[in-house]
Amino acid sequence: MSSAETILDDLLNKASNGNMRAIGRILSYLENPYTMPEDLLEKLAKRAGNAQIIGITGIPGSGKSTLISKLITSLRKRGYKVAVIAIDPSSPISGGALLGDRLRMQEHATDPGVFIRSVSSKGLKGGLSLAALAMIEAFDALGYDKIIIETVGVGQSEVDIMSAADTIVVVTMPGAGDDIQALKAGVMEIGNIYVLNKIDKEEANKTYEYLSFALEKGDLGGNDSNWQPRLIKTSAIMGKGIEELVEAIEDHFIFIKKSNKIQEKIVSRRTLMINLLAEQFLSEGLKLASKEMYDELKSAAINANDIFNTSLRLAKKAVDFLPQNKKD
Amino acid sequence: MLSPQFTKSEQFKVLVAKLGIDGHDRGAKVIARALKDAGFEVIYTGIRQTPQQIVSSALQEDVDVIGVSILSGAHIHHMKVLMEELKNAGASDIPVVIGGTIPLIDVDELKKIGVREVFLPGESLKRIVEIIRKLAEEKRRLESRG
Repeated sequence: MSSAETILDDLLNKASNGNMRAIGRILSYLENPYTMPEDLLEKLAKRAGNAQIIGITGIPGSGKSTLISKLITSLRKRGYKVAVIAIDPSSPISGGALLGDRLRMQEHATDPGVFIRSVSSKGLKGGLSLAALAMIEAFDALGYDKIIIETVGVGQSEVDIMSAADTIVVVTMPGAGDDIQALKAGVMEIGNIYVLNKIDKEEANKTYEYLSFALEKGDLGGNDSNWQPRLIKTSAIMGKGIEELVEAIEDHFIFIKKSNKIQEKIVSRRTLMINLLAEQFLSEGLKLASKEMYDELKSAAINANDIFNTSLRLAKKAVDFLPQNKKD
Repeated sequence: MLSPQFTKSEQFKVLVAKLGIDGHDRGAKVIARALKDAGFEVIYTGIRQTPQQIVSSALQEDVDVIGVSILSGAHIHHMKVLMEELKNAGASDIPVVIGGTIPLIDVDELKKIGVREVFLPGESLKRIVEIIRKLAEEKRRLESRG
């Protein structure tokens, strides 16, 4: 066994014993496929397979973070260990990110049964979905029973992440009528559970009726005809409707377990992860290949000549740049 | 690990928090914003944090630097507890900096308990960002990770 492997096993041991720092470091490794120890993913994945992955998505300002904080309290009372992956959009201008989601969950910061990790798209060198999927494996392997992923649900990678969840919760709020029209596109329409948060606000009843109607009509809700999507009214800030929401989340997990879909979900998540990792390798190879074929590319561009064939040669060259195996 | 040609540039992570019973968060938010604009990933935990909350958040987020803002006057007491908690967690290698309404005469004592840098009122944002970057680079270099 090499010394790098011993260090990795040591880190994994510490993490399994609940050492926060070791867990935090493992998550950092998973954020960057270029420096990730080669055996880390399979070591984690071999131990994983028991957690419920709960995707929570909704328009900015709908109260997701506050709601999640209340969910954590309730899930902890039921004896579950909870992990949260809070994905925040980051500035494409400066490359920096201000991650404030955990601000509303800080009451759980010192609970050893809760682990909250903020993720920004920009800091990740291997794409948002890849990091999130790898982190799911890590939390699952380390014994977290409920893994919550929070996103605003826009952009392809967020849609990928949400589709990979076992249970999808879509959060909206009163007065968001036009936004509900927008919910009909993308991840929002495949929710298993819909939450109307902030019911203490005006127009709550109107929006509730609108949502019930959309659900009845079949405009919202996933394509699994055996699960009737639920609509739940909550006021996260006043602690209303939280138990009902947790019941719905539990019921949905029982439902997918009974219909033998858990294994299917795990396999599809991992298949997606392998694909995304391969995509990373290819795009790296592509960058190196275009550097080497610079003159050829430029000439094709200037002369408007041989464009199709040049790109084919470039793609083939990209593959040549890939390391033969993980030890290279 | 992939070959070195695949290695990318680093992005640093900083935790910005208000320690103690102190709701004056304008300064902390200005710093958080400046760090973000300088390309850092900033974890902002907000006001009225305990030392324990700050330490466990820093570990969970695996940050490179902890930045604390205190305007209550209780900085010596709070920072002693924070540095002690950090030590107990085996994380004394994470550099800690502080800013706020801190009198000059307290700087030495803060540095003595292990605070790496003290930013007094009127400090330039540019210098704060530079020092935090330097501390983050130093920490990464010591643990030689990508």
